[in-house]
Amino acid sequence: MNGHPPRAGQARAEEDREFGFETRQLHAGQRPDPNTGARAVPIFQTTSYVFEDPESAAAYFNLQEYGNTYSRIMNPTVAVFEERVANLEGGCGAVAFASGIAAQAAALFTLLEPGDHVVSSTALYGGTVNQFKHLLRKMNVELTWVDPDDVDAWRQAVRPSTKAFFGETIGNPAGNVLDIEAVAEIAHSGGLLLIVDNTFATPYLCCSIEWGADIVIHSATKFIGGHGTSIGGVVTESGLFNWSNGRFPVVADPSPAYHGLQFHETFGTYGYLMKLRAETLRDLGAAMSPFNAFLFLQGLETLSLRMERHVVNAQAVAAFLESHELASKVTYPGLPGSKYRPLVEKYLPRGAGAVFSFDCAGGRAGGQQLIGGVRLWSHLANVGDAKSLIIHPASTTHRQLSDQELQAAGVGPGSIRLSVGTETPGDLIWDLEQGFACVSTKTETADAKAVTA
Amino acid sequence: MTDLRRYQDPLTIQRVLHTASTVAIVGLSANPLRASNFVGYYLQRHGYQVIPVNPRETEILGEKCYPGLLDVPVHVDVVDVFRTPDAVPAIARDAVQIGAGALWCQFGVISEEGAQIAADGGLPVVMDRCLKIEHARYLGRMHWLGFSTQRITSVRTGLQ
Repeated sequence: MNGHPPRAGQARAEEDREFGFETRQLHAGQRPDPNTGARAVPIFQTTSYVFEDPESAAAYFNLQEYGNTYSRIMNPTVAVFEERVANLEGGCGAVAFASGIAAQAAALFTLLEPGDHVVSSTALYGGTVNQFKHLLRKMNVELTWVDPDDVDAWRQAVRPSTKAFFGETIGNPAGNVLDIEAVAEIAHSGGLLLIVDNTFATPYLCCSIEWGADIVIHSATKFIGGHGTSIGGVVTESGLFNWSNGRFPVVADPSPAYHGLQFHETFGTYGYLMKLRAETLRDLGAAMSPFNAFLFLQGLETLSLRMERHVVNAQAVAAFLESHELASKVTYPGLPGSKYRPLVEKYLPRGAGAVFSFDCAGGRAGGQQLIGGVRLWSHLANVGDAKSLIIHPASTTHRQLSDQELQAAGVGPGSIRLSVGTETPGDLIWDLEQGFACVSTKTETADAKAVTA
Repeated sequence: MTDLRRYQDPLTIQRVLHTASTVAIVGLSANPLRASNFVGYYLQRHGYQVIPVNPRETEILGEKCYPGLLDVPVHVDVVDVFRTPDAVPAIARDAVQIGAGALWCQFGVISEEGAQIAADGGLPVVMDRCLKIEHARYLGRMHWLGFSTQRITSVRTGLQ
């Protein structure tokens, strides 16, 4: 129905070129709109798409042809965002979701079945811990928690039913840096996947797929969007994993949820992502809105520029805190004395991100006094904004965790988490000094007792 | 170890996509859930004449099926192979004999010997690549499903 094959001259053959990150963050995934010539990515604010004819409609629903059907499953604005992230991460494709946590749930739903087992780092965002502990248990998926820094612990946790390892490339909030290559090697030797959350590093700071990660998850809400405007998430796959290795019948065998289609055989490299979209996104329904995709694309256009500045500012703020008498345990992995320094040099050569924590003198009360005394840092529950953010994890983002879990995640009762923005660094340090001036060190002993009681 | 990049040259791939009209699919399955059937169906939709080559069938996707390449009565622009790697050398010899325009081997169909035979016979060779995906990458709508096309361009052209 689409007429004749194109002839030479109709389309210009393109030579291969390895374009740089800064070029790709602006161009990947988008070609100027063929109908209007619009240079910016148009916002296709539509639920659905008119089919050319009945046969085309059937071909789209059968996945025999790439075509738009319904915006819960695909949308041309969202597709630009997906391809751009896939390109920047070095993956074969990506699927976007309404939030990072939805992206993560969908990535796992697609490859897990009841009775399966996952090994996860303990140094995680509190929302992820909740999802794994409670939602996965409801699916009868078993979990083993490991200290991400203990490479042998990953190896020892593997069972016949294990399907995947999970870790954050830079842990939230304590700044653990995952030894991606070592953990990926253990996973692959057992035919398992390594899934990483690369939210804090972004593809600009860490190319986790090059080091062996198979699936990369982002909360796009953070540095990808970069301006605190939109909630979203995205899953990228490397395209290098052998889903037909016998461990993943859920992806390789005929799918009862898609009239017997064998996703890995039929779509090869793209099988997992096709299943993630055509089944999991279809069935969970947490689609990214076209407008949010547009805002995330605006964010991606300046990702490298912002990250360079975030890293410079984070380094300055961390150095200031390290020398301040009322701050201790500054977890920024970019500090020269950090135990993660060798891993930072290997995996994060452009910088160790901009989110970390420290302990404020005076315990829980001291931390609250500090937060009450700043005026430029915003007290809120988010990270990765161009504006600097501050929060007390033990009473907010990590509130549902037990004391033991808090400790495993590297969160103390007086821990303060910072997300260093792109303001003038001297202003950020000045404002923290204002905050420290409000901290009453007299209460330190009493408060420390109250916390441990 | 075969250096597959020799057989995955983007300019060769695009030249084949742009110039071919007839595609003989060796090992085309009549089962609509198999990858080869997906590819044949897609190519037909995009205006290529698909010629099924499969000794076990008489007609696939509405086209007469031939037992072997030597039985095909029309000029074949691309021989697209969905067979085990062992079968490729013989297919490559047939492709040279009938004066086919190119030898294309799908994902996992990797045979250095077969590639050499075709190349020595003057045929461009593409290997371990999917004809449907490459069409969708350069001319089609693969991008609409979030797959990485690896293309960077500010040229205004339509999608097929």
